[in-house]
Amino acid sequence: MDFELDQDQQMLAKTVADFAKNESPIKRFRKLRDDDIGYDPSVWRKMGELGWLGVPFPESVGGFGGSFMESAIVLENLASTLVPEPYLASVVLGGMALLRVGNAAQHEMYLRPMIAGETSLALAYSEAQSRYDVSAVETSATPAGRGYLLSGDKVWVLNGHHADHLIVSARAPQGVTLFIVPRNAKGVNVTVVKTIDGQRAGFVTLENVRVSEDGRLGEEGSGALVLDRTMDYAAAAAVAQGVGVATAMLRMTIDYLGTREQFGVRIGSFQALQHRAVDMYAETELLRSISMAAMIRADEDDTGKRRSDVSAAKYQLATGGIWVAQQSLQLHGGIGVTDEHDIGLYFKRMCALNALFGDGEHHVARFSRASG
Amino acid sequence: MMDLTFTEEEEAFRREVRAWIQDAMPEDMRQKAKGEGAFNPEDSATWHRILYQKGWIAPHWPKEFGGTGWDATRRFIFNEEVELSGAPPLSVFGLSMVGPLIISFGTDAQKERFLPKILSAEELWCQGYSEPGAGSDLASLRTTAEDAGDHFVVNGQKTWTSYAQYADWVFCLVRTDSSVKKQSGITFLLIDMKSPGIEVKPMLTLGHTPAFCDTFFENVRVPKENVVGGVNQGWTMAKALLGHERTILAMIGPSRKILQKVKRIAATRTVNGRPMLESPVWRAKIARLEMRFRAHLMVSYRTLADQQKGKMPGPESSILKLVGTKLIQELTELAMEVMGESALTWYNDGVCSPVEESIVPYFCYERAATIYGGTNEIQRNVIAKMILQLPSS
Repeated sequence: MDFELDQDQQMLAKTVADFAKNESPIKRFRKLRDDDIGYDPSVWRKMGELGWLGVPFPESVGGFGGSFMESAIVLENLASTLVPEPYLASVVLGGMALLRVGNAAQHEMYLRPMIAGETSLALAYSEAQSRYDVSAVETSATPAGRGYLLSGDKVWVLNGHHADHLIVSARAPQGVTLFIVPRNAKGVNVTVVKTIDGQRAGFVTLENVRVSEDGRLGEEGSGALVLDRTMDYAAAAAVAQGVGVATAMLRMTIDYLGTREQFGVRIGSFQALQHRAVDMYAETELLRSISMAAMIRADEDDTGKRRSDVSAAKYQLATGGIWVAQQSLQLHGGIGVTDEHDIGLYFKRMCALNALFGDGEHHVARFSRASG
Repeated sequence: MMDLTFTEEEEAFRREVRAWIQDAMPEDMRQKAKGEGAFNPEDSATWHRILYQKGWIAPHWPKEFGGTGWDATRRFIFNEEVELSGAPPLSVFGLSMVGPLIISFGTDAQKERFLPKILSAEELWCQGYSEPGAGSDLASLRTTAEDAGDHFVVNGQKTWTSYAQYADWVFCLVRTDSSVKKQSGITFLLIDMKSPGIEVKPMLTLGHTPAFCDTFFENVRVPKENVVGGVNQGWTMAKALLGHERTILAMIGPSRKILQKVKRIAATRTVNGRPMLESPVWRAKIARLEMRFRAHLMVSYRTLADQQKGKMPGPESSILKLVGTKLIQELTELAMEVMGESALTWYNDGVCSPVEESIVPYFCYERAATIYGGTNEIQRNVIAKMILQLPSS
């Protein structure tokens, strides 16, 4: 049993943390909130050049042969200053799904350029009525000639507004199947929507979008299992980001308690606030600890082991993580609920992470089904 | 490298321990361990002797003093297996508190005199810290030890001296100097409970278990050689001892045990004609606490991994008592809730199942968890200053 990063992982963590601190401080995110894309494609390319986008992928597709752990390390550190590039959407959701289901030619065509930072991916899996059930798919894939016609509506597609390729789940005759289509393909219509955390997403409408056999990822009917597995990666990724967010919020709050004065003393000397801060520290450490288990287990093939730790971690984000975010605002007082103070930006990011990939109740139900 | 698994040698060790425990327990103890009844102090004494004879009574002690020489992971696996087996609890005051303190700070004569009898359970210990006027503000204690040449004369009253009625010895914090800052005039003293002038008055806990006592000292003679760590060094000793308490008070074993019991009860009680364990609502309630337990367990695993590497536990270990004691209370609350009206039962025979009968007094008793070992409010004061470094008032 070991909870320490190895040397390469420590190096990666430091490099990403330095980047976040020096090259993407929170004011960069603040500026990009008003941008049409919401992030900077040239920074995305740079992340590709630095090798960050390839850390969880095998060398055969241009990756670095690491594990999910490495991408979690990147995600946690990017979250510390809310770096807006679509790492979670493209590397975890798009990339991990594609890796598990695509063939060598598809990996060469879609995964390799993404890893290089030349393109980006999005996973269009969610529908208006599906509520975290990835197999509740109404989008249809109707066989037509040597391919299919896709029709349906996808919601809250992260990076769906800018990705080069969309991986779409649709119901084919043999069941839920994944397809890859260019975002600018005929019949694909993307509406850009804004999200609570100052980012952008796409609502995607597919109207008889023609996909050849080469655009089908895996066998017909293989999609639901792949999506289920991808959701575990995504939930673990959200938790990794949540650790970065909670850690930053706790640090900012402790700093504030140590400087803000009222009644002639620093407010951090008040016992009521000290105790709140200690409880925030406890919830943050619980989140960090169970996040470590989730990062390790995300690559685990045993479904029971994987799910129980990933769900326990996502549930801790929904309870402890959200509570830390709420209390951070409370302890900042009035300034905490202004748009000009950074603490609120982190708060909203935590809310977004909570709403994605299964909320607390979803993971309670899933864990309770898995446990004996 | 991050890794949650145990090595093959460690797993083999686990199998060995598990098999031995099942083999070593007498039949009636094995039944009780499965939840078929409550343990009494005699069961604890029997189990102590069994472990002692095997040489496994104090794995956390250095080998030269009777430890097993296992590394931190093997000690952890051993503890986990003992907990999972449901074995009777052992008295912690000698094995986990005063024993390790004597090993660290005692004289050779003290080590020779006291350690073997802690191991063999020939002598049982209790703790004399709190007083009626010194609870959270422990340093204000007023029990005095007056210098009378080759011995001290002790006068005063200690309270919450748990299991003092069964104890042969008590380790006490006493005042030896009242002219200095209150923390600087305290001494750590070992007192023979058979000394003339000691009176023990047991009182029932909320669970009607015979734990608490008041212990009175009237002109009790204590030889000076019974000081541990030097005269007026008691506060340092007390703080060193707190470190040993931290892992005990994480309540990992008790939490796991109650979680098992909750599921057992929920499997037998019904709601709308179906076992509660099949109800999504009740399964969800159990799942919430089980997931919190997993997060808490990971914090303790991190502490363990540090120890295994010979490092000081990280700052996160400071939250173990805070989180663990709240969790054990929430688990016992859930157990009571699952029992429904049967949560009314109070030491009946054959009215509820033995496992249910064991829940109610335990639920009552563990209301103390957030109080003993330093109240959780005091824990927060300490963490705020020591770990978060918030300003003093």
